[in-house]
Amino acid sequence: MELSLKHREARRNGAGWLAVYAASVFAFLYLPIVVLIVYSFNRDGVGGFPPQHLTIEWYRQLAGDQAIWDAVWNSLLVALAATVTALALGLPAALALDRVSFPGKALFRRLVLLPLILPGIITGLSLLMLAVFAGMKLSLWTVLLGHGIALLSVATTELFAGIQKMDRAQEEASLDLGAAYWRTFWRVTLPNLRLPLVAAALLIFTLSVDEIAVSFFLIGRDNTLPLEIWGRLRRGMTPEINAVSTIIFVFSVALILVSYRLRTRGAREPEGAADVLQATFQGDQP
Amino acid sequence: MAPLLNIRSIAKRFGARHVLHDISLDVNPGEFLTVLGESGSGKTTLLRVIAGFEQPDAGEIWMAGERLDTLPPYRRRVNTVFQHYALFPHLSVFENVAYGLRVQGVAKSEVGSRVEKALGMVKMDSYVASAPSTLSGGQQQRVALARALVNRPRLLLLDEPLSALDANLRRQMQGELKTLQREVGIAFLFVTHDQDEAMALSDRIALLRAGALEQVASPREIYSRPATAYTAQFIGQANLLRAEIANGVARWGALAWPCDAAVGPADFSLRPEHIRFTAAPPADDSHTVCFCASIVRQIFCGATDLLEITCQSGHRLRARVPSRGVLEGEYRFEFSAADAVRLREGGER
Repeated sequence: MELSLKHREARRNGAGWLAVYAASVFAFLYLPIVVLIVYSFNRDGVGGFPPQHLTIEWYRQLAGDQAIWDAVWNSLLVALAATVTALALGLPAALALDRVSFPGKALFRRLVLLPLILPGIITGLSLLMLAVFAGMKLSLWTVLLGHGIALLSVATTELFAGIQKMDRAQEEASLDLGAAYWRTFWRVTLPNLRLPLVAAALLIFTLSVDEIAVSFFLIGRDNTLPLEIWGRLRRGMTPEINAVSTIIFVFSVALILVSYRLRTRGAREPEGAADVLQATFQGDQP
Repeated sequence: MAPLLNIRSIAKRFGARHVLHDISLDVNPGEFLTVLGESGSGKTTLLRVIAGFEQPDAGEIWMAGERLDTLPPYRRRVNTVFQHYALFPHLSVFENVAYGLRVQGVAKSEVGSRVEKALGMVKMDSYVASAPSTLSGGQQQRVALARALVNRPRLLLLDEPLSALDANLRRQMQGELKTLQREVGIAFLFVTHDQDEAMALSDRIALLRAGALEQVASPREIYSRPATAYTAQFIGQANLLRAEIANGVARWGALAWPCDAAVGPADFSLRPEHIRFTAAPPADDSHTVCFCASIVRQIFCGATDLLEITCQSGHRLRARVPSRGVLEGEYRFEFSAADAVRLREGGER
């Protein structure tokens, strides 16, 4: 009896330490973000502790800053186009990986995943060289191309996972009922992949919006938002940047939550969260 | 009567594994034919070859004068009920059943009435608006049946459609399936590993063993005249007697009965229920085999007892007798020589 009590106490102690440890890891991860958000509401800018005189002055300034809004617009355009490109190329690739056997398939599978593992610098640099060789002028088009290619691996892996969870008998049932292959794809395969498609789109969109490494090499005269922020930082930190970063943060979290909800609803299993976060960090790493 | 489906020497390999060897089988119009076999015997592959999901490596399939095996699955006038139903989760029950009609371009007004009629046939007409995921297994099974039958196929393929249901529901669905098949008059090609199900439902059973047909016959015939030892043991229980034939008499231990086959060893199958108690002394009739045996074990099965008995020569037999209390010691038994069915040499495969 006493032994078991002691044992329980020891366990409670262990759990206590674990909680402290977990809390400090979380603090390490999120405290900088909290500081960033808090100082976006501080009248005296980034200097001084504790922050005093709460204000939304920086947000007001931000609202009138045409250069920032141009950059936001550019980023959204690029992200939208990159999402469409990555999905349009990633879906056939994922389908091929799932159901076609062809020579060099194992190699193809690894090559598709390569941009996920390669540092963004290498992807960016090689795409820059390609653009130079092809005589393309650097512009938002090259950035869009870069994002589309870099995020193709995300699209392929996400969609491949969705396709593998799909019940193949449904497609056979459709063929059996008289629908030819193309019709089966539109009426059965694609509706079945709706959730993975939306989840992948949200993820790719988010990753594209805050991508720096690849964009850095491919950018022309028009900045995307992260590069605009980067450019301004060199002239010194202003609370306006805190404000815009706060908005990006809220926006990204919202998208990732929606994507997570969709995935768990589709799969009815909580592993979705881990997958999304893992993919997010893998994508962010470079 | 010309057969509806004519399977000619179909063979199928997966890599080095031969899944189907030289299968030839006819399905008659309006017939309930069951392909029975253990798991891995190739029965599902045979079904998938007919549906068009697998290409045979050799052989041809013809249906009503038309070559079937060269057509893509969506051009074949057969429909399939899948093992796990394979309903479309993004479509309502109504749209699931309407799918085949819409694909064929059936007029809108006709779609509604045909879908309702099909759902009425399987007693699911009150669920038209439901999503498949809200239905129980048995209900999904009914919808899957309606979805296939609404297209009025010439032949319906059913891939172990009842195996995912629990025992009670399964028995109930067996009855309904049989009634439904009689009503619509469509030929059913039904795949199962369950011999009781096959016996209860089928007009004919095609027993598949390791990718080859072992015997094709009506349930009564396949039970009473099994062609091979495998059939005798797979369908029901059987005593296998390895007898020696000489001078028109088959001998197995001390037992002997007339048999006009050629001299040499021969296998016989004797159903346990064909062995009965007898009080009379050995009759002068060579067509009844009488012997004394002691009871080794008695298994109570409700209406009957299954006895394990040992003849004086040491040979063992199983006998199924009406239940009448605990039995011990030696008794006199008999069976009719006609019930000892001579088996074809069926080598191991």
